[in-house]
Amino acid sequence: MELTKDLPTGAQEFPGHIHQTPGGGIVVSSFDGLINWARSNSLWPLTFATSCCGIEMMSVASAKYDFSRFGFEVARATPRQADVIIIAGTIVNKMGPVLKRLYDQMADPKYVIAMGACAISGGPFFYNTYSVVKGADHIIPVDVYIPGCPPRPEALLHALITLQEKIKSGLTREQIRDESKA
Amino acid sequence: MYTQTEIIKDTTGIGSEGELVINVGPQHPATHGVLHLVITLNGETIKKIEPHLGYIHRSIEKMCESLNYRQFIYVTSRMDYLSSHINNQACALCVEKGMQIEVPDRAKVIRVLMAELTRIASHELWLGAMAMDLGAFTPFFYTFRERELITDIMEETCGARLTMNYMTPGGVTFDIHENFQKKVKQFLKQFKEKVVEFDDLVTNNVIFRNRTEGVGILSYEDAISYGCTGPVGRASGVKCDIRKIAPYDAYDRVEFDEVLDTAGDSFARYIIRVKEMMQSVRIIEQLIDNIPEGDFQAKTKAVLKLPKGEFYTRVETARGELGVYIVSEGGMTPYRIKFRSPGFSNLSALDHMASGAKIGDLMATMGTLDLVIPDIDR
Amino acid sequence: MTNEEIKAFITEAAPTASFDETGEWLNIAVEPASWKALAQKLRNAPLPFDYLFCLTCIDWKTNLTVVYHLSSSQNRQVNIVVKVKLDAANPEVETVCDIWRTAEFHEREVFELFGAIFLNHPDLRRLILTDDFEGFPLRKDFEDPINMIKL
Repeated sequence: MELTKDLPTGAQEFPGHIHQTPGGGIVVSSFDGLINWARSNSLWPLTFATSCCGIEMMSVASAKYDFSRFGFEVARATPRQADVIIIAGTIVNKMGPVLKRLYDQMADPKYVIAMGACAISGGPFFYNTYSVVKGADHIIPVDVYIPGCPPRPEALLHALITLQEKIKSGLTREQIRDESKA
Repeated sequence: MYTQTEIIKDTTGIGSEGELVINVGPQHPATHGVLHLVITLNGETIKKIEPHLGYIHRSIEKMCESLNYRQFIYVTSRMDYLSSHINNQACALCVEKGMQIEVPDRAKVIRVLMAELTRIASHELWLGAMAMDLGAFTPFFYTFRERELITDIMEETCGARLTMNYMTPGGVTFDIHENFQKKVKQFLKQFKEKVVEFDDLVTNNVIFRNRTEGVGILSYEDAISYGCTGPVGRASGVKCDIRKIAPYDAYDRVEFDEVLDTAGDSFARYIIRVKEMMQSVRIIEQLIDNIPEGDFQAKTKAVLKLPKGEFYTRVETARGELGVYIVSEGGMTPYRIKFRSPGFSNLSALDHMASGAKIGDLMATMGTLDLVIPDIDR
Repeated sequence: MTNEEIKAFITEAAPTASFDETGEWLNIAVEPASWKALAQKLRNAPLPFDYLFCLTCIDWKTNLTVVYHLSSSQNRQVNIVVKVKLDAANPEVETVCDIWRTAEFHEREVFELFGAIFLNHPDLRRLILTDDFEGFPLRKDFEDPINMIKL
């Protein structure tokens, strides 16, 4: 398939080398690579849909554009059991503290996807509104942005795959922060 | 002049000894949006429900005061996003009433076809989501299968799947493409076979009936007093279908029944919506072969200016009666715009309907009210 | 009831009301002091106006006009619009939520967006704005340089 040409190397294969020895084989890998590979293939999203983009998220969960093929099937309702928060919809001043509290309740490692024009920058509600937060990244740090109003379900699937690759190559905000601390 | 702090009552006084105050929402899988309910409980019985709104208040009415009459239509698509065509139709009708624009026949019929397809799509999603609230996961996948067929038709005609900016003052923006009639007929054929499937799965299910019959009763006088419209009002016997009271576009040429019921409970609200889907199919069948030839848009000036005055238009969305009230001072932008949303009035009856029942009944009642929160908060 | 009968009924109940028939429906302008009694009489009229379908407010800078759209459930073709002009410096009017229950939420919304006080309302509180919001946003003289980015 041609699509695999532009992806970073090692992003879709199992991270490690297999040495064939008589009687079996030895797998040599790094812990980081192995852990990232395992984490990225089973991310559980939090159901957080404020407005119209939530309907496209529900369409992705349904049978035509299934996202359980990628490991996202178990959508949890509580943040304490979720890994990814997909912010689908506009964030307003009253909802801001709620979003921050949900993010704080999620356990590490956690990732954030901002879906739709409203979550990126306020979207169609940028001018002349007194109550809209102009972008969800004023409140929490975001890893992947999806443009569109609302974005197509295929765009959300592309963003989920991009997030998986970011995790495998160690480039999410979570991982960069850990590296700079260590 | 009173300040707001002097008037505001202290809300920490709700709940006395032995009562529990819990929060449902704002982030909750069953509230279909960001609705915050503060419920006072005595054991499992509900004493009082207080809705706290405003978690998606995007100040649309203030924003529309600086957009001109062609621009404000895209914003209203995002208010009740499940019937976005019908919202756009209401705004276009109001502007046409103000400027006395005559819409060609072809545009009227196309508008009605799109509105009825939107109504079917909205009721499908409601059915899937409500069944999921009550614990049944399978109808969700069945109803989304038909909904995807409708969004495919919409995407080929208007370019977007959910928030379509298709109706404009004077008609519609693009003409229908040549496969439109074939695709709609194919959809109708499949829909009529499949609606029997999920009717069987959900309507005749003994758990579903026990959970919805006799639950959340709203009487006829209360429905009128609370201003409940749409399927919520019709389940209590109120005749409130705007398509019959004040027909607009091509609704005076088609025959369909207004589905009424007298029980006023959750099961009545459910069965009315399923029957409304079949009535929409009847309307589409009457019109799909008789689309008149002609223009799809009336010739209008590039910049629209409404004369000084006030204009009110009502349409029937999937949730109830939507009213658009424009006050104009003769300029390019409205002086004041007000959207009378159906969900706002339906929600005010929730306290009355669900007090005294158990928490499980609250989910059944709220599911059948079919609330879309951005429509309430605007 | 035709427009003439409605006018006669209202003039009998509130003699200071004035009429305007240029729009689509009959518009009636009443004083705030006589609104509650007129509302009660309309609710019990020979054709009872028991369906209040829109309650809103318009800021005309010198006064705030509260607009009520009424209809009757027995004959939905009869619609009237009642306008009550309130003084901008001291906007107060009696509540009608004991007559039409739908007014509870609508009056709360008008209160927090415009500042019009409804006397004897059972629960006049904020509904959709944040708890620490200052000012009345839908008034024409509302300025918020931090949040509102002007085009």
